[in-house]
Amino acid sequence: MPFIPHTDDDVGKMLAEIGAESVEDLFDEIPGELRIKSLDRVPEAVSEMEIARLMQDRSRMDAGALNFIGAGAYEHHVPAAVWEIATRGEFYTAYTPYQAEASQGTLQLIYEYQTMMTGLTGMEVSNASLYDGASALAEACLMAVRANRASKSRRILVAGALHPMYRQVAEVICAAQEIEFIDLPFCPEGGHSASQALDEYSGEDLTAVIVQQPNFFGVLEEVDAISDWARAQKALTIAVVNPTSLALLTPPGEWGAHGADIVCGEGQPLGIPLSSGGPYFGFLTTRLALVRQMPGRLVGRTVDLDGKRGFTLTLQAREQHIRRSKATSNICTNQGLMVTAATIYMSLLGAEGLARVAATAHRRTGELCAALCDLPGVERVFNRPFFHEVVVRLDRPIAPLLDMLAEQGVFGGLDLTASHPQLGNALLLCATETKSEADIVRYRDLLAEIIGQERAA
Amino acid sequence: MSDKLIFEHSRRGRRASAQAPLTPAVNDLPEKFLRRSPPLLPEVSELQTVRHYTRLSQKNFSIDTHFYPLGSCTMKYNPRACNQLAMLPGFLSRHPLGPESHGQGFMSCMYELQEMLKAVTGMKEVSLTPMAGAQGEFAGVAMIRAYHRSRNDKDRSEILVPDAAHGTNPATATMCGYSMREIPTGKNGDVDIEALKAVVGPQTAGIMLTNPSTVGVFDRGIQEMSRIVHSAGGLLYYDGANLNAILGKVAPGDMGFDVIHMNLHKTFSTPHGGGGPGSGAVGVGDRLKEFLPLPVVGKDGDRYRWLTEADFPKSIGRLSAFMGNAGVLLRAYVYMRLLGRDGMQRVSENAALGANYLMKKLQDAGFELAYPERRASHEFIVTLKKEKNELGVTAMDFAKCLLDHGYHAPTTYFPLLVPECLLIEPTESEAKEDLDGFVAAMIAIREQAKADPEIVKGAPYTMPVRRLDDVRAARHLDLRWQPGAQN
Ligand SMILES: Cc1ncc(COP(=O)(O)O)c(C=O)c1O
Repeated sequence: MPFIPHTDDDVGKMLAEIGAESVEDLFDEIPGELRIKSLDRVPEAVSEMEIARLMQDRSRMDAGALNFIGAGAYEHHVPAAVWEIATRGEFYTAYTPYQAEASQGTLQLIYEYQTMMTGLTGMEVSNASLYDGASALAEACLMAVRANRASKSRRILVAGALHPMYRQVAEVICAAQEIEFIDLPFCPEGGHSASQALDEYSGEDLTAVIVQQPNFFGVLEEVDAISDWARAQKALTIAVVNPTSLALLTPPGEWGAHGADIVCGEGQPLGIPLSSGGPYFGFLTTRLALVRQMPGRLVGRTVDLDGKRGFTLTLQAREQHIRRSKATSNICTNQGLMVTAATIYMSLLGAEGLARVAATAHRRTGELCAALCDLPGVERVFNRPFFHEVVVRLDRPIAPLLDMLAEQGVFGGLDLTASHPQLGNALLLCATETKSEADIVRYRDLLAEIIGQERAA
Repeated sequence: MSDKLIFEHSRRGRRASAQAPLTPAVNDLPEKFLRRSPPLLPEVSELQTVRHYTRLSQKNFSIDTHFYPLGSCTMKYNPRACNQLAMLPGFLSRHPLGPESHGQGFMSCMYELQEMLKAVTGMKEVSLTPMAGAQGEFAGVAMIRAYHRSRNDKDRSEILVPDAAHGTNPATATMCGYSMREIPTGKNGDVDIEALKAVVGPQTAGIMLTNPSTVGVFDRGIQEMSRIVHSAGGLLYYDGANLNAILGKVAPGDMGFDVIHMNLHKTFSTPHGGGGPGSGAVGVGDRLKEFLPLPVVGKDGDRYRWLTEADFPKSIGRLSAFMGNAGVLLRAYVYMRLLGRDGMQRVSENAALGANYLMKKLQDAGFELAYPERRASHEFIVTLKKEKNELGVTAMDFAKCLLDHGYHAPTTYFPLLVPECLLIEPTESEAKEDLDGFVAAMIAIREQAKADPEIVKGAPYTMPVRRLDDVRAARHLDLRWQPGAQN
């Protein structure tokens, strides 16, 4: 049995010191009838060599696809140094940095991370992470309700096309807080939120307006107008953003005349592998004035007894371990190691590198869209500018096409037929900097072949 | 060692050029969408980045470098194999929305993990989606709420929580729309049953219990508590943070719990990563099966598939955009396979052995135990009341001094009901000589405190920084570096 160091001799000495006859005695306060009778459903132990073989076989079953799906999880090149360093034992096997003097590495790194995230989003404070983008939006909604004292309604408008899973998670996590979410339609031509839809709510008591930039369809929203409108209604603007895009796009802190109030999103594009959906990390930034309503951990700079610079967790009176039932959130463990990776990633890329990643992804998506729309029966759905995702419509059902593409090792995008039936046979595509021209040609040729065969049939 | 921030290594125009696409950053997006000035990110070389973060890592204590007896946190060895195998390229590159046909390898691991967790907890179904213990708690209490509502039992407004409970328990009750009522812990460490009886009633939605509790003892009244709460129509929630103490010995399902969360980043040895990620998988009994959070992995013949709203129309819904912390779950899967059936019990046996041994040694050395009459579970509490009164040194002073002795501090000032407490959890993976070394350090610190308490109060001396000014951190908030800022 691995990972237990005691020899028989150690065990004997330890039991003697305790004054127990056997290890069984140590469980003598547990009522006998509660003891497990059998663990037959757990398999016998395997050695490291055996489990390695099994895992290699299983990982190979899932490997090797050429992926054009995005929808909230994006395939980017992850520099080798990122995970080489992030998995150093000193980062990988440390606990939450409660003992500050023995955790300066993690604490300084989080302070640097907070600086980078405020820079990217144009805000004043960042927390040390939440679970993922969707749960970060839920926390942003709860925070908005606490922060917007001018509003009594607990009504939150959802402008345009928000990621459907984010929408659902926000609903589930806010379910017991009597928050009403109101979904506004998106413009059928542009894919962005239609301004007339907002106007219907002018003058009403609203707590917040959620807007995603780029939105679920990859389309750019008129964020300046939306955040100004929200301000005029005394509603807070909650921005859901893609961090890579912010190397190019206006940061939420500069939207409209006043900027957004709470910014959140999925940190995965910053050096985190796709890995079946997690672990990723949620980020959340805001104005300094709202910091006491923020959920999650915060690291502050301070000095030690000798006046030397050091870092520590701060404003902990917001958190569950101090405030218990009155805390801003129940979150405790967050996604620390992912933040470590993201901080190293952002350091390696810098502003210019990240802008190149963003611009290349944008360009590749345009090329992919153009290549596919060259085929008969394929057309682009929305006419507005996009970032690195785009929706196309086909003249036939999507699911069988995607199956055939997958058989050839290509993940052809996300089928929107079920989530957005009004768009018809719609497909959400993404090409990041990881896709070469040859990859795009491969996708187009395969699709052409499949469409051609179906026509002939 | 350099104490600079990464930004202080920055020089305009310097970059890690291998890491960005060669294409220039031009694009055809309309001007009005574009940012006017670049974001504040460092401009550093690849070597500078690697060196900077390597050096930062060296300022941390970690399991790999130090004994880390942090109570309630189960800082056991995190096997390297778990990390390496979870990071195989086929697992890392799989898109969460990729077709099931290209996810059978991953999904088979998840399915088997669900089955193993059911077996060790005695629960009927498991969902792996919650991303940490607190989110598991949220899922559990949300299921309790959904259950009462489905029975049109809408007046249940209270969740009961022992005063020793972890802060996430009461915070979760609030997030789920309940008011929280605290129940006292009795002198012997068990929940005060009479106090419980006095507050249980038709308003009780449920009770959240940790067993062994956060005071480090197995609550012997569990069956009676289960009867009391169930007969009032409430449900039992099990906070599984301390599952390491009873793994393979007692199944929460057999204690009468309706819903549990497990901290896979404790019991099943996935790393804490300096604050996460974790995983708070939940298990449920028959009453709550239909409310499980999604997705769950199912099996039809020899094909694995995602179970969704179509399979669980009454599910409380989704807690993450995809399926939670998949990579953490793979690590837990590998760990459980390495342990196997017999290994499960050996974990709890050796965790209990280490804890009871360390407890006895500290008691023999004259340290006061909070519950001297009780067996330790996998952890126990020392109270330094006496040292505080007689020598003027606090649990915090001992904690900081331990760092100078090369030991991470135990959990301090939690649970809140024991004054000047150290909650000590050695785990099964620490050798006897390391436990002995810890005892020697505790004795040495007390001797030092007798000789000159000021020295103890000034600790630590050998860390990258001396004791930090937390008050100043909160009063003069400095939460990000700004160019031109004073050091
Ligand atoms: C007893 C107990 N319950 C709940 C939690 C919360 O778990 P997590 O930090 O994973 O959210 C913890 C750990 O911090 C704990 O020790």
